[in-house]
Amino acid sequence: MEQNFALELKNITKTFGSVVANKNVSLQVRKGEILSILGENGSGKTTLMNMVSGIYYPDSGQMFIDGNEVTIASPKDAFNYRIGMIHQHFKLVDVFSAAENIVLGLEDEKGFDMAKNIEKINKITAQYGFELDPHKKIYEMSVSEKQTVEIIKVLFRGADILILDEPTAVLTPQETVKLFMVLRNMRESGKAIIIITHKLHEVLSLSDNVAVLRKGEYVGTVKTAETSESELTEMMVGKKISLDIERSEPENCEDRLVVDSISCVNREGVKLLDNVSFTARSGEILGIAGIAGSGQRELLEAIAGLQHLDSGSVIYHDPKTNQEENLRDKTPMEIRQMGVRLAFVPEDRLGMGLVGNMDIVDNMMLRSYKKGKSMFLQRKNPKSLAEEIIERLEVVTPSADTPVRRLSGGNVQKILVGREIASSPTVLMAAYPVRGLDINSSYTIYNLLNEQKKKGVAVIFVGEDLDVLIELCDRILVIGSGRIAGTVDGRNTTKEEIGLLMTKSSREEQEGGSEE
Amino acid sequence: MIATIIQRAVMQGTPLLFGSTGEILTEKSGNLNLGIPGIMYVGAISGVAGSFLYEQAVTTLNPFLAVFIPLICSLIGSTLMGLIYCFLTVTLRANQNVTGLALTTFGIGVGNFFGGSLIKLVDTDVPSISLSATSTIFKTQLPFADKLGWFGDIFLSYGFLVYVAIIVALISSHVLKKTRTGLHLRAVGESPETADAAGISVTKHKYLATCIGSAIAGLGGLYYVMDYANGVWSNNGFGDRGWLSIALVIFSMWRPSISIFGSILFGFLYVIPTYIPDITVSTKKLFEMLPYVVTILVLVITSIRDKKENQPPAALGLPYFREER
Amino acid sequence: MKKLNDFMVKTFCNAPCHIAKRDDIVWWKAWIIRIVSVLLALIVCGVITVALTKLNPIKMYITMFEGAVGTSRLVWNLFQNTAILLCISLAVTPAFKMRFWNIGAEGQVLIGGLATAACMIFLGGRLPNPVLIPIMLVVSIVAGSIWGLVPAYFKTKFNSNETLFTLMMNYIAIQIVAYFTLEWSVPKGSGTPRTLEFGQLPTLLDQKYLINILIVAVITIIMYIYLKYSKQGYEISVVGESEKTAKYVGINVKKVVLRTMAISGAICGIAGFLLVAGTDHSLKSDTAGGRGFTAIMVSWLAKFHPVFMIVTSLLIVFLEKGASKISEVYRLNSSFSDIITGIIIFFIIGSEFFINYKVKFNKKEKEAKV
Repeated sequence: MEQNFALELKNITKTFGSVVANKNVSLQVRKGEILSILGENGSGKTTLMNMVSGIYYPDSGQMFIDGNEVTIASPKDAFNYRIGMIHQHFKLVDVFSAAENIVLGLEDEKGFDMAKNIEKINKITAQYGFELDPHKKIYEMSVSEKQTVEIIKVLFRGADILILDEPTAVLTPQETVKLFMVLRNMRESGKAIIIITHKLHEVLSLSDNVAVLRKGEYVGTVKTAETSESELTEMMVGKKISLDIERSEPENCEDRLVVDSISCVNREGVKLLDNVSFTARSGEILGIAGIAGSGQRELLEAIAGLQHLDSGSVIYHDPKTNQEENLRDKTPMEIRQMGVRLAFVPEDRLGMGLVGNMDIVDNMMLRSYKKGKSMFLQRKNPKSLAEEIIERLEVVTPSADTPVRRLSGGNVQKILVGREIASSPTVLMAAYPVRGLDINSSYTIYNLLNEQKKKGVAVIFVGEDLDVLIELCDRILVIGSGRIAGTVDGRNTTKEEIGLLMTKSSREEQEGGSEE
Repeated sequence: MIATIIQRAVMQGTPLLFGSTGEILTEKSGNLNLGIPGIMYVGAISGVAGSFLYEQAVTTLNPFLAVFIPLICSLIGSTLMGLIYCFLTVTLRANQNVTGLALTTFGIGVGNFFGGSLIKLVDTDVPSISLSATSTIFKTQLPFADKLGWFGDIFLSYGFLVYVAIIVALISSHVLKKTRTGLHLRAVGESPETADAAGISVTKHKYLATCIGSAIAGLGGLYYVMDYANGVWSNNGFGDRGWLSIALVIFSMWRPSISIFGSILFGFLYVIPTYIPDITVSTKKLFEMLPYVVTILVLVITSIRDKKENQPPAALGLPYFREER
Repeated sequence: MKKLNDFMVKTFCNAPCHIAKRDDIVWWKAWIIRIVSVLLALIVCGVITVALTKLNPIKMYITMFEGAVGTSRLVWNLFQNTAILLCISLAVTPAFKMRFWNIGAEGQVLIGGLATAACMIFLGGRLPNPVLIPIMLVVSIVAGSIWGLVPAYFKTKFNSNETLFTLMMNYIAIQIVAYFTLEWSVPKGSGTPRTLEFGQLPTLLDQKYLINILIVAVITIIMYIYLKYSKQGYEISVVGESEKTAKYVGINVKKVVLRTMAISGAICGIAGFLLVAGTDHSLKSDTAGGRGFTAIMVSWLAKFHPVFMIVTSLLIVFLEKGASKISEVYRLNSSFSDIITGIIIFFIIGSEFFINYKVKFNKKEKEAKV
């Protein structure tokens, strides 16, 4: 059967500096077909699709639309080839209505007629089964409604190839069901649809074909009907790679932080954390695995006093006084004043953990500047601490007076982690501490965490690389959609087991959602 | 008497209406142009200079040219001011507040300087700038205005620029609300990233809105000298009307149509003390404070109610720079 | 095909030049850019002046110098004006460092001056000066900080736009002061401001303005230390740089905003006190004379650094004085100096672009990365 593919990619390669984001990726999608691109975080899915939508330009490889080779060098080109991409972060004007956002940036052939545009929008809505009031303002909308606006925006411009980047990441199960229905309607009407995802159950319930990427490399494409969850998981996570991270046996473990059934919702009422309970023990590293955005950030911020909780408690066992303190709804300052030595390495290093425009010494003071009764700052200790960290962690910097934003990612992270552990914490939380770091810096961070563990600190490590989690952590907590999906032992678990757990909780929800 | 009060309120309000319409257009593009007071001075003095030179050059005035020349001069002068602002804040990404304030210092300086030195600079022997001939033409009212009693006084007794002010405000209101250009302009002021991603040129819209807005605001200055002040330039005579225009923008919650009524209200507050018997000069000063107090109340109430439509444009005062790495 | 690709990339991704943020510029290069811009501005001003006055440009600059520093009286005058401008610039600086756009300095100064004048009128003659003057100082500080706290309160509580709020507060202050000027004028309502006899600041070493200058010098040093070495100054920087970081380390952002605006208003109040008690010995609605606005530019041009502020305020006052001398000698209007000031500021703020960004002319292919 000779049918032209709606979109075909051949041997696409893209590098950023020395990092290979995509290597020889080939895939095809037909009209009236849904293709899933499956892969872990950082496997290069979004980069690949950004090339199709004209945001990046590939280093080599070919693209074909309807069998003809094309060059897509700008978003405008993509638009001309009727390719529309719905990004994870919506670009909408808050005070505008849905309709105004949809027509934004277009040119009129004759006069601007909002009524006519709304008519056209309503036609699209009806055709594919969306639910949308074109007059509703964006700021009154839920995330899923905003997503609907983005999708209609693309359809309004006449897209035939739709790319959706993690469309379900922000949706409730019911909303996901609705979205899938709409996507199936679009498939019926002959659109080619690509969805980027790392959720297996979505792949299986929705798509016709699955292309799997792993660490930038193309693993292969399989027909959904002919595959299974375990096959996909194996393709996605790959074989276990040994990293040789040292791991000592936990010693003198005692409960340090007991998190008991905490929950919180965001402004739209979506549950960010749903009845999460676990215990972090001294002298061990507790890993937290999960798809990005499953509640990891909220979890750490809740413990650090930055996230309001609707229920549950966070109990800290003080090793010195043996007293218990509830940290729930305390501000970071109050937590510190209670004598809780909590160190937190947030995901957003320069936006939260450090001040980019300040020098290293001043950044050292962020945690400790208040110490002492004097109204003046004391820069002597921070300065020696800065110099110590620079020397001990081999931070590459012209001097301790250099603004941290001028340092490379690895060096920034060393400064941040160095500062946090300098307060000799009893609990150390680190969110994606090695993201974007080179191999050597990554190992420096692993060693630091292990060192803390040996000192009896309760370490909580949020990571994305399963190989690292398995080799570094004593216990691994798997989180999915704000819930604990399971806890595994780092010493005898497998990547497949974690991979399945990561997607399990959401699948149950999915089934629960469709039972309605 | 009520007719006279309204009449005077409208005349007081007209410069403010020009100023606020211009500033609304500017702010809708995300530019907080605090140079408006200076721009209004420049608009006034450019018109005055044009008219002065024309009056000096001919013996009998051609009524068309007598209006056209100052009008064009005024528009050119204030547009140039808008261009300076745009070049500094949009192209060179300078801080908007600092640029605006410098523009006001500069503009008021230009106004007062030329107002005071024009005669010396062109070496004529007239004692002071008094453009009464031109002013008479500017003030020409509709022929049947005084035959219609109070109705004529309230609605028809003004020079043409008053009607221009109202028409410009209505057109601006229509453009902002109902046209694609208005939609794109508002998008630029609310979220330049979104506008940029949708293929709207942020720079172009900012330049256009600011320059057109400046030109409109400049007309407020021209109206003040030519009509309200009978063609007599006096230094600092324009007073703080520029700042009142900015207050009016907040008062009308960025809607030119509300500005029309707001300007009359502000004008009313301005003239009302003269009609209160036995009022002291000093109490009059407290009355002049009222428009600002009312504006602050509006600002506070809108922020408490937090209704998105009544807020300043979200990107107001912020520079836009597409990140390139 | 490959050729076509290259062609497309070139046309779509390569504008003739593009602008990129500079990470860093060597300090002396930044200063060269600034000095060049000031020189350019002076040349432009010179051209304009020559065009208007038909003067010999060298003579023009000499006239300027004479106007600013020609006699010792003028020098003192220059320093006293610089001191007041510097004082107000220092006042707005902590708020700006916190990214709080306090453009209400004009009003805060006036209210401080009003409070001072009220004390001088109602307590003057009843209390000896050594008692009266400290009271005046305290009252003006309180008045100024209240005027600064009002917009800060609404900002922290309801997120009211502080730029517009502080701007409006200026004109309320101006009208209130205009009211009292008339009420207190002799004869009442005449508009001739009353000369305030009691509570004038003492003359030191036969120099009327020396005490003003000394007070501002002390404030400058304190402000420098406060911003750089105090815990509160550190909090201001953190809040200004990133509110998220401030919350992460447990800084109470609202408290810092309120406290900083109170300080900002308080120093404006002191400036008002110096103007009324130390310089003018009277109160008018133009006592602040637009310095509240000029100060914003001074502070910003100096990058919020108290020591650079001495230089920028001196430069601006120098130009103002020099330009008014030119206008006086050539019987031009005194507003000439505003034009010169405006032009100089345009050039300096324009030059910041070349310090913060570099314009690259594209030679090799480079992609826009979003």
